[in-house]
Amino acid sequence: MQFTMRRLFGADNNLLQLALLTLMIFALMTALAPDKFLRPYNLLSITYVAPELGLLSIAMMVTMLSGGIDLSVIGIANLSGILAGIFYHAYAGARGPELTAMAPLSVLGGILIALATGVLGGAINGVLIARLRITPILATIGSGQIFTGAALVLTGGPAIVGYPDGWGFIGNGAVFGIAMPLLVFLLLAGFVALLLTRTAFGINLALIGTNPKAAVFAGLRLVRTVFFSYVLSGTLASVAGVILSGRTNAAKSDYGVSYLLQAVLIAVLGGSNPAGGRGSVAGIIMALLALMLLSSGMQLLRFSNFMVDLVWGAFLLASIALNALRTRVR
Amino acid sequence: MSEPLISLCGVSKSFGGVQALAGLSLTLRRGEIHCLAGENGSGKSTLIKIIAGIYRPDSGSVLIDGETVTQLDPITAIAHGIQVIYQDFSLFPTLTVAENLALPSEIHAGRRLVRWRHVHQLARAALARLGIDIDLAANVEALSTAERQLVAIARALMSAPRLLVMDEPTTTLTGREVERLFAIVRDIQRQGIAVLFVSHKIREMFDISERITVIRNGCVVAAGAIGEFNEAALARAMTGQEITAEGYRWMPPPGAKPRLEIRGLTVPGELQGIDLRVMPGEIIGISGLLGSGRTELALALFGLRPIHQGEIRVDGRAAALRSVQQAVSAGITYVPEDRLTEGLFLTQTINRNLLAASFEALSRYFLIDFARARRASANMIAEMQITTPSGERPVMELSGGNQQRVVIGRWLMRDARVLILNGPTVGVDVGSKAGIHRRIRDLAESRGVAVLMISDDLPELVQNCNRILILHRGKIVEEVMAEATTEAILSEILKALS
Amino acid sequence: MSLSVLRRSETVIALVLLAAMLLIGLINPAFWNLANLFSLARSNVVIGIMALGVLTVMISGGIDVSFPAFAVAAMYLTVRAMVAWDWQGVAGPFVMATAIGLALGLINAAFVYGLRMIPLIVTLGTGSLVRGFLLGVVGTSQVNIDRMPKSLIAFGSTELTSLSDPAGGHFALSAMLLIYLAMALLVHFLLTHTMLGRGIYALGSDGEAARRVGFDRRLTIFVVYALAGALAGFAGLLHGAMIWLANPRDFNGLELDVIAAVVLGGASIFGGRGSVLGTMLGVFMLVMVSNSLIIMHIATTWQRVVVGFIVIIATAATSWRDRRRIA
Repeated sequence: MQFTMRRLFGADNNLLQLALLTLMIFALMTALAPDKFLRPYNLLSITYVAPELGLLSIAMMVTMLSGGIDLSVIGIANLSGILAGIFYHAYAGARGPELTAMAPLSVLGGILIALATGVLGGAINGVLIARLRITPILATIGSGQIFTGAALVLTGGPAIVGYPDGWGFIGNGAVFGIAMPLLVFLLLAGFVALLLTRTAFGINLALIGTNPKAAVFAGLRLVRTVFFSYVLSGTLASVAGVILSGRTNAAKSDYGVSYLLQAVLIAVLGGSNPAGGRGSVAGIIMALLALMLLSSGMQLLRFSNFMVDLVWGAFLLASIALNALRTRVR
Repeated sequence: MSEPLISLCGVSKSFGGVQALAGLSLTLRRGEIHCLAGENGSGKSTLIKIIAGIYRPDSGSVLIDGETVTQLDPITAIAHGIQVIYQDFSLFPTLTVAENLALPSEIHAGRRLVRWRHVHQLARAALARLGIDIDLAANVEALSTAERQLVAIARALMSAPRLLVMDEPTTTLTGREVERLFAIVRDIQRQGIAVLFVSHKIREMFDISERITVIRNGCVVAAGAIGEFNEAALARAMTGQEITAEGYRWMPPPGAKPRLEIRGLTVPGELQGIDLRVMPGEIIGISGLLGSGRTELALALFGLRPIHQGEIRVDGRAAALRSVQQAVSAGITYVPEDRLTEGLFLTQTINRNLLAASFEALSRYFLIDFARARRASANMIAEMQITTPSGERPVMELSGGNQQRVVIGRWLMRDARVLILNGPTVGVDVGSKAGIHRRIRDLAESRGVAVLMISDDLPELVQNCNRILILHRGKIVEEVMAEATTEAILSEILKALS
Repeated sequence: MSLSVLRRSETVIALVLLAAMLLIGLINPAFWNLANLFSLARSNVVIGIMALGVLTVMISGGIDVSFPAFAVAAMYLTVRAMVAWDWQGVAGPFVMATAIGLALGLINAAFVYGLRMIPLIVTLGTGSLVRGFLLGVVGTSQVNIDRMPKSLIAFGSTELTSLSDPAGGHFALSAMLLIYLAMALLVHFLLTHTMLGRGIYALGSDGEAARRVGFDRRLTIFVVYALAGALAGFAGLLHGAMIWLANPRDFNGLELDVIAAVVLGGASIFGGRGSVLGTMLGVFMLVMVSNSLIIMHIATTWQRVVVGFIVIIATAATSWRDRRRIA
């Protein structure tokens, strides 16, 4: 029995723990607010809200896998949405049918601009960290300031409001009753999971995170692999930016600031080791689910968003404490 | 004969299932230079840590000045006048020499405030005591290794110790620096301080020590005054085997072409005009003092010295060696000196460690062919005779010898044609050592690999190589056939260079 | 050799700072007006005091991103308490704010020391927790000038000199500068003249060696994080007194600016390096550049971009420096 469980959840039982935690939160919230929590509307709304955070968390996990961190993901996400918005407004005006009913090809143009922003932003981080060997924390704090600052300069402060319907569909639409953001998330999560577990890039990244020096002596392409991990995280962040601005029909330089902590928390809770070498998409999804259930339940119970921040912070500290105690017992 | 200062009686210590010390007894007398000899893994470092009070023995007792000390912890050890200089010196790189010297004694004096004039006085006096001159205001990170060691020694002497333990103090020193160190050690002895000199280099022990204790597998296997030993007996005691084992008998296959040819390899400031031809199946030993360029030669061949001149051919084909990847695809592979920090991904599985260099080669359409990977890895575990229940176990669970096999196996999976081994058996226990040697010789013969074996361990070279090169200041200064030489001759050559 | 003076990071920063001042002065000579210089000096105070705490943490090899949350919590809780109890005074409130910061800093220390967790993650967590508590439990409404305790306002407006410009305007050198300088001297004394301070450097330089030599790791870590918290709490209330306003949403994102200033001042994120003088120069540089954008006819929206570039250039320079030292 234990053997099969182990097989099911991989060598470490971190996932199992997370699954139990998720179930407990689910049961607790169901008990506290039975009529509201289980309503399909509530669960459905999670499938729209969770994906953007999920993508940011996966981005964070990928960089932690190599022993780094990406604190610029929010900056990249917002800048992506804003640049696309500026493109749309320049192309079809700030409002009116010409903007909302834009041709799919033109909408695609904006999406490409957003993705290119992510690729480029990630590449900048990659050069700073892999080539110039700046500590990831400081490099991405700095680049994050530049991305956010650029967004501020471009908008002058206020939000960019009004996007084409096609763009909004990515954040609000549904296909066969399944939320578009969720589909995008699952697609990308599957892609990253494949990348990390089935390709040389992913496994080499984990090896580099475990011991960069040994990686050099094993002939791994350190600079290139780390560089691409930041390009990947930047790209994922820009997709999150597309979903965020599509869902809210707006983009602003300081949206989603609290996502940064939450993404770190989900990555750590999901089994990533900030010192490198460990991290999985499955862990991220599990941690994301647990925390989304928790915060949606808390919102239903009329706790403010700030209280949710409080609980998330407490959760992060508690998970650190638990992990520390567990390894100490061993 | 002076009185005993510290005695260990029947001390045992085990970690997990491994018995590091098994009922070991040892007596150090006041003011003597005592050499603790043993191979890596013999229990030397555990013994040091028991004397320093870091480990507590499982059984047995420690006597200081004839009285049993029940609770020996680091602070009481220091209070009893025991000072240990570890291999890494335990200095603070970003602080000045003066602070590195004076702060520890200021802590133990219970000071709250730093009196800088006093700190400099203390530091100047400490250096003066050794008769050395180092800029007190310089940061330690700016010093050479030898200077750092002198700072560490000066610091240890400041607390007026009665016993100074030096853990492998000569490993990173050049010949002249070793001589200066020995002069200082003798000077320390004249001040009435006992020195426990921990080493595995036979030649040094005869130069410096008065009494010697040899340990192997956690037991004392020989002990006595230095006059009672000769080099052969000491080597026999340390390794537990006759070094007279037959050498590597290698015959060039008829009509064979050289596997590796190096012509005029020059790396500015490191190597000068190295010429070398290695046949398939040949094992070449490379030795030399620290800074001789032997590791640099390996790094240049492995693509880690992108700026070099000269021609390198593998199987007659010119190889561009601007990166590790180019070196590996040319068939040149390298097993680094420090297995734990440079060779292994400790928390990862054995399979991943074996396959680390192969994942790209095992990919088709970007996806790794895991079935093939598993087969390859299982075959390699069998070929290298790695003892493990499963390739999915973390590599950190393996013994040192098995870990080394993993690192070597990693390159065999990439069809290594040239295998450069830097200190292949450093930190490997005596039993596994012979096993690894056998593996290397088999590989050279069966796969026709050209092996370059860089080592300080002269018996290892004599026993396993058919030619031995001595490097000095980036040049090959001597080339001898192993069958025509002995460890003693090599040792003389090396000594003459310093 | 005279090179050793040049090689000191402080000298380099001072030279860069001087060059930047000359450049800004060239673009707009108004930079050199006393009024502008006085206001620049005033802007150094709060961020500078916080930077002293962050400097200490970074020397020990850690990092702290929770101090802005601690600062705002200390400020807001203290001011709300003063309003609620109709409490006037200066010393008492500052003791309270400092104590709140200190207590929160001890929590950081407990996690970093006791659970050996990466400081970045710990302080991200405590920062979010404290901010969430403040806004979610205590309240979100500002305490405006009309309800702000008079004693604090009076204290925050203390002036050293008062001058008038030809146009009849009034400008002054804030007395808060003295507090900043006193704090800086205190931290400088701690870092360079006490065994505890040298222990902080030793811990950041080589933690294992520090333990072997006999420095008390626990004491050092607790002092470092508690000091960072206490300085943040103090600076928080000082900020409130200086702007006559207590806003629980203040200091958002300030951690980046302060860390930037400290790194700019020559401290290393790997620990063991850094000085109070360097940090003060770094703070001055950062404040001057971002406050001088208007003078240089650049829109203030560029501020973040400028700060970002400063962080990257400073870290690239220090990583280049550290790599050369290792090589």
